[in-house]
Order: sequence, then C-alpha cells, then structure tokens
Amino acid sequence: MTDINARIQDYITKDDIVLFMKGTPIFPQCGFSSVVSQVLQHLGVNYESYNVLEDMELREGIKDFSDWPTIPQVYIKGEFIGGCDIIKEMFESGELQQLVTEKGLN
Amino acid sequence: MAMAIDTLEEMIKEGLPGCSVKIEDLAGDGDHYAAHIIYEGFAGKSRVQQHQMVYKALKGKMGGELHALALTTAAA
Repeated sequence: MTDINARIQDYITKDDIVLFMKGTPIFPQCGFSSVVSQVLQHLGVNYESYNVLEDMELREGIKDFSDWPTIPQVYIKGEFIGGCDIIKEMFESGELQQLVTEKGLN
Repeated sequence: MAMAIDTLEEMIKEGLPGCSVKIEDLAGDGDHYAAHIIYEGFAGKSRVQQHQMVYKALKGKMGGELHALALTTAAA
C-alpha cells in the first residue's frame, strides 16, 4: 500500500462515519458536499470530515481508493457507502437511518 | 467543463447496451445533468456498483468534464 492509501485506511478505521468533502460542514464549498453534510447532521450522528480542497494528495487518492470519480464520499464502519446521489436516495427512502441504527451509531 | 446531452446519452448507451436512459438538463447550461438509467445488467449489484458501471461507461469524464451529473439507477 502506498502512503496515501494507508492514511485513508487509517481515517476510515479510526471513525465510524467519515465524510470526504469539499470544504467543511460549517462552510461547504460545493453543493453536493453541502447536501451530504446536511444529511449527516440531520441524522444526528457523529462523523469525522476531511476537506479534500486542503489536501491535494487526499483529493486524488480518495478517488482511486474508492474507485469513485467524485467527492463527497461517505464511509461507514470502513465501508464505502456512496456519494451525494446515493446518500440522498438512501436518506429519502429511510435506508440510511436504518443502516446507522443497525450499526449502533445514533 | 461541459458535455452535450447527446454525447452523454450515446456514451451511456454504448457502455450499458440496451439500457433505457433519460437525461435532464437541470440548469439549462449543458453542465448540470440528471440521468435516470434502467439497465438489466444492474440486477444484483449494489448502488455503488451500479454507479461505478455508469462511470466506467463515461470513460473518466465523470469528475472531470462532468462535474454535475446526478444519477439514479435501477435494474428494472
């Protein structure tokens, strides 16, 4: 594993819910990142976020790590759950609430 | 950073043969699209895998030329 992969692996192992986003939850710098952080805040779960705009290595590395071309990206318990569309769809259908409950995260 | 709606549709259809695709131009600027795709090949795949298949069909353009493509996918 290269350094960036090890670092990402460490991030997603250390915290139960991890959001890789553009900007921060308080000051999102992209509409999609904003939506996802709002969903997580609405769920009332604890999550860690990383601002890829401040970290070019992470910004490119996370795309390869997840085999996913866009940011934001959400990981729960080390598993890649999806980007904005999937998180939104899961939230609207109630699946996301169910998932965090199943994992004991709320 | 923009792509014509026809090009987008062609690429999706080529990558996912026989799929049914509906694309909306959300902002009318040729840069913010929503695509709804129904494809038999999605059966048994997770949402992440389904979207990854669409991204593969777009041959690296997602995240580059295409910043804003909202996706909904279904197997049938």
